[in-house]
Amino acid sequence: MSTMAFLKRSPWILHYDASSCNGCDIEVLACLTPLYDVERFGIINTGNPKHADILLITGGINTQNREVVRNLYEQMPEPKVVVAIGACAATGGIFRECYNITGGVDRVIPVDVYVPGCAARPEQIIDGVVTALGILEEKRAKMAGAARMKDEVRHAEQAGEST
Amino acid sequence: MTWTWLIGAVLFLILAPIAGGLIAGIDRKITARMQGRVGPPLLQPFYDVGKLFEKERAVVTTAQNFYVLAYLIFIALSGALFFAGGDLLLIIFAFTLAHVFLVLGAYAVHSPYSHIGAERELIQLMAYEPMIILAAVGLYMVTNSFYVADIALTTVPAILYLPGVFLGFAIILTIKLRKSPFDISTSHHAHQEIVKGITTEFSGSTLAQVEIAHWYENVFLLGFIYLFFSWNPVIGVVAVAVTYAAEIFIDNVTARVRWQAALKSGWLVAGALGIANLAILSYMMLGGA
Repeated sequence: MSTMAFLKRSPWILHYDASSCNGCDIEVLACLTPLYDVERFGIINTGNPKHADILLITGGINTQNREVVRNLYEQMPEPKVVVAIGACAATGGIFRECYNITGGVDRVIPVDVYVPGCAARPEQIIDGVVTALGILEEKRAKMAGAARMKDEVRHAEQAGEST
Repeated sequence: MTWTWLIGAVLFLILAPIAGGLIAGIDRKITARMQGRVGPPLLQPFYDVGKLFEKERAVVTTAQNFYVLAYLIFIALSGALFFAGGDLLLIIFAFTLAHVFLVLGAYAVHSPYSHIGAERELIQLMAYEPMIILAAVGLYMVTNSFYVADIALTTVPAILYLPGVFLGFAIILTIKLRKSPFDISTSHHAHQEIVKGITTEFSGSTLAQVEIAHWYENVFLLGFIYLFFSWNPVIGVVAVAVTYAAEIFIDNVTARVRWQAALKSGWLVAGALGIANLAILSYMMLGGA
């Protein structure tokens, strides 16, 4: 495992609209426009969970897409973080009483960062992603540490066998 | 004398990823400026590949790792043969084989997106292959050798004899560099679209290998462009830079075409520019002799 942290400099994003009114989605896409240009930070909006490091979810979870959200999350390789964008993604928002709404994103998958707002502003979304980068880096360091410990144990065992 | 070919190959294997990554960085910066954006740092492609090596190894089928590694090795091999001054035909065959491995890697996984990407990569292969072979034939007709070492040292200005072949090669270069309007199997942009197809099932270090292979490939192709201008190294380097800048420009001002149009374009330039150029050249040579 490398000790250099490239992950923070190259976070690729997967954006999923759970059951948003599209207000937050428009703001997420606004981050990619020349005005905000998140590619300055190496951020790329991928459409593929297998390439993604950060999952951005807008809107509350409904009964139809519970499985979809779980599936997307599980397909993302570690280390990964989830950012819930907007009031609906945090709690279900004004739709929380609806018969088909399960609630916020954290009812289905673990959420690392909540970005408040209705709709969340692009500046807030970028701020949320930058906060997520710190958590991503922590997870990476932990993962690298765990892998190193596993290696050390294995080497110790091999050394024990050979003597 | 017997050593010099080895130096070229070793230098290529070591320096091409660095040069290729920098070219990709400059490319992304210029593209961003053309779109009125600031763009990522110059070293962004290296950060991306470094990041991919840090990720978990999530593999669907282990066979895909073998195919992608074979893709990387054969791309590096064809480039190394090129810079060692080897036989152009052998280089082209190794180059084609490399892409066949990439297609097999995408077919190894049962994913419709991956399969669409693989099919489109095969179509691209069919589209550009005739023109690449014609380029090799053209260079042979001018310099009487298929060996890159001989072609690179020729004093004949090949571009003056092969303007059509060069133009045709520049057009299929758009396919090879994965740039619009022919970026149908995978693209530098459109990350959410089906055109990302062939890389769908590759992640982590496997995807990083695809990226590094692409860097090797780009340096090799720019070297191929140089052969047309090799009688004067200064003009050669300038021509390579101008050609690449033109490719970036075309990438940013054109919309993506359907695969049928990509295939037709590839064969049309091979026929109209490539064969016509070679026919006129051979007629002139017969008349002169």
